[in-house]
Amino acid sequence: MSRTGTKLDSKKVNSELFTLTYGALVAQLLKDYENVEDVNKQLERMGYNMGIRLIEDFLARTGSGRCYDFRDTAEKIQTGFKIFLGITPTITNWSAAGDEFSLCFEANPLTEFVELPDHCLNLKYCNILIGILRGACEMVQMEIACWFVQDQLKNDNVNELRVKFIKRLEDAIPAGED
Amino acid sequence: MVIYGVYIVSKSGGLIFNHDHNVPRIENERVFNYPLDLKLRYENKKIVVSFGQKEGINVGHVLTAVNGNAVIGRELENGKDVFDLLEEPECFPLSLKFSRARMTTNEKIFLASMFYPLFAIASQLSPEPRCSGIEILEADTFRLHCYQTLTGIKFIVVAESTQSGIEILLKRVFELYADYALKNPFYSLEMPIRCELFETNLQTLLENVEKSGASSA
Repeated sequence: MSRTGTKLDSKKVNSELFTLTYGALVAQLLKDYENVEDVNKQLERMGYNMGIRLIEDFLARTGSGRCYDFRDTAEKIQTGFKIFLGITPTITNWSAAGDEFSLCFEANPLTEFVELPDHCLNLKYCNILIGILRGACEMVQMEIACWFVQDQLKNDNVNELRVKFIKRLEDAIPAGED
Repeated sequence: MVIYGVYIVSKSGGLIFNHDHNVPRIENERVFNYPLDLKLRYENKKIVVSFGQKEGINVGHVLTAVNGNAVIGRELENGKDVFDLLEEPECFPLSLKFSRARMTTNEKIFLASMFYPLFAIASQLSPEPRCSGIEILEADTFRLHCYQTLTGIKFIVVAESTQSGIEILLKRVFELYADYALKNPFYSLEMPIRCELFETNLQTLLENVEKSGASSA
């Protein structure tokens, strides 16, 4: 809900229900595709389709303006994590050129009850997040790439999501916005 | 305090939603004797008053019925041409009903796509760099407010000039769009919005704003 105080208060939605629903989705995809690479791809695609819609919710709720600097973008993505997942990742590891940064977080509501079995060590369980970020940024005329460099499911200490700025989509910028 | 209508234009300039909220319906029926003291003209498949304005029947109003029979194009339901009928003195007195022309959906789509380049031109014409495009367009009988989101969707509200709180209203419509159109899994982006929940919520919102201004928006 873009507004708190309406019928469904966002804070009152149980995160376990969300965790389990996402788990069911991934398990079903594994059943349907067998090939782990295909599952990764599907998750990314689903995320993309969510991202291009979710961005409107984010904009309507926060009323944020356009980013003219990737550091702004990083902060807005951080806000997005807080709004939609209830976690606040830390922004670290800026590249010298200022076009790449990492989001680090320990608590990940998507993986709360998850252990990866041996046969799907290549599974990118949280790939949906990558799709969401890509889709959302594309709608505000920014092309980015992102990937997980550390993953607690793969026995790393934290989750580290790397985000890289590729280019502004100049053609797509609406009139009166550039 | 009246809001006339709400329009949503997609990123590519197509009208994806329109809602007529409170357009006063003007209708006048009068009995006329021969010869008719109004000049009528046939244009755009309608019979329009072109000259001779009186008693609420204004230039631009459209003939909708003759003696209670609906006028379709320039003919009556029975196929008789209205202009021929008006030439025959023995048919009089006639009761003619006029009303203000309503925009058809096609005309609305046409106008919405016309607003799109106007908005773009405005932002180009600006003497200052980084101009936003048209935000308010004012006329003597209405004011058009436009809000463009960062993703390029335009929300347009046409309201009476005295109506306040439109800026907040526009943001609330954006929120409703984000909630009830985009979160509907069966709605595909850039397509016309046909979501009942969206319409009912919008209707409630517009009524609240009209009743008590922006505070309740």
